[in-house]
Amino acid sequence: MLDFHEVAAENVSRDFGRRRALSRVSFQIQRGRILGLLGPNGAGKSTMLSVLATLMRPSSGRIRYGDLQHDSHRSQVRARIGVLGHDLFLYGELTARENLAFFGGLYSIHDRYGAATDALARAGLSDRADDPVSSLSRGMRQRVALERALIQNPRLVLLDEPFTGLDDVSAGALVARLEQLRAAGAMVVLATHDLDIADGLLDEAIFLRDGRVAQAIARPEGLRSIYRHVIGREAQ
Amino acid sequence: MSVLQTIWLIVRKDLTIETRSGEIAFTTLFFAISCILAFAFALVREGKPPEDGGAGVLWIAIMFSGNLALGRTFERERQSETLRALLLAPTSRPAIYLGKLLGLMALLTAAELLLVPLVAYFFQAPMFRHPVWLTVIVVTGTLGFASVGTLFAAMLVRARSRDMLLPVLLYPLTFPVIMAGVRGTTALLQPEVDYALLRFWVQLLISFDAVFITLALWTFEPLMTDEQR
Repeated sequence: MLDFHEVAAENVSRDFGRRRALSRVSFQIQRGRILGLLGPNGAGKSTMLSVLATLMRPSSGRIRYGDLQHDSHRSQVRARIGVLGHDLFLYGELTARENLAFFGGLYSIHDRYGAATDALARAGLSDRADDPVSSLSRGMRQRVALERALIQNPRLVLLDEPFTGLDDVSAGALVARLEQLRAAGAMVVLATHDLDIADGLLDEAIFLRDGRVAQAIARPEGLRSIYRHVIGREAQ
Repeated sequence: MSVLQTIWLIVRKDLTIETRSGEIAFTTLFFAISCILAFAFALVREGKPPEDGGAGVLWIAIMFSGNLALGRTFERERQSETLRALLLAPTSRPAIYLGKLLGLMALLTAAELLLVPLVAYFFQAPMFRHPVWLTVIVVTGTLGFASVGTLFAAMLVRARSRDMLLPVLLYPLTFPVIMAGVRGTTALLQPEVDYALLRFWVQLLISFDAVFITLALWTFEPLMTDEQR
């Protein structure tokens, strides 16, 4: 199976008609690191995640997955990417187990029902495995969705506002899961507004504003004050 | 994962969801039945239907209910952005297209199993005199309509005015299929079937299917890769 140890965005720009959503964004992330994409609404965070996920081509610049370019070996690259979006990418009419087994099948997991059962145990949802997803609470659905994104053991994990709508306990469980992923050598890119939760979790932070990198900081501490300083300064 | 396995996974998933919700099957069926009843009340006078009216009514019902089913099928994929999840999987994208197409074909075929006897009854059309030919015409016609419809419905899934755009794009493009379906069915319902004419319309339908499916398979990957928000 294809693997890579770093992912790099090199001068990535993305236009939607006349509007430039990303402008010459560059960064890289190594294994076992969590990178935060921070910035106000419309800063380009979700677009950057879509480009990293291979759902969108950059208008210019390139994404490198190890030695591979974004436009080559797409299928093999996708097999190593897990995405949790704003929406949960789950079928409400199917049970949690059926959802995970379906996506496990798409990722060619040999024992997809076994993998789904293990994933539900990790999410603490074994007792709700055969309930339709539509009957689960928001926090439970979020946990199923995270396991869906991770079912193929991805090297690159892309999370778009994963803390939205979660209570403290669920958010804490998600943070613990992200720390496990980091320890297991995954690369996690996290787009979030929730600076309090992200504080102390991130290894690197990229502050985006109007599609441009306003600042990149390693080992950020005190994200809220940095955010106010960087984004506020840019706004002036 | 092989293309066939991906297609099977998607078809099975769609049919499982439909079995539980019944949403598309019931709305499509009720719409199609209402359509046939409305035409029957309007056109059948003193128990005498218009000559060759059954073929036209059947294909109008298939076309309108097919459009309804297409919209609902992809609305379901849009609600939780599951279409994005399908596109993110390391599977062949044409296989995703074929899976959605076959799922839709299964639903429309189920609807047609009820529509054909209804048209036969209300319009006194000898639909079952040549069941094999009828099956060939209905299946090839439905496939042509659904193959274009599946591509457009997937493309328009994120468009705000998709409900308006889908029929505007779909009906003109699939008009030759509907025309061939109507003329082929009409030829089949004649007291003396002109097999040369029948074969001509069936060949035309098969040609449309081959062209539409090839084009859809060819364009699905690039159209769905560079998705716009």
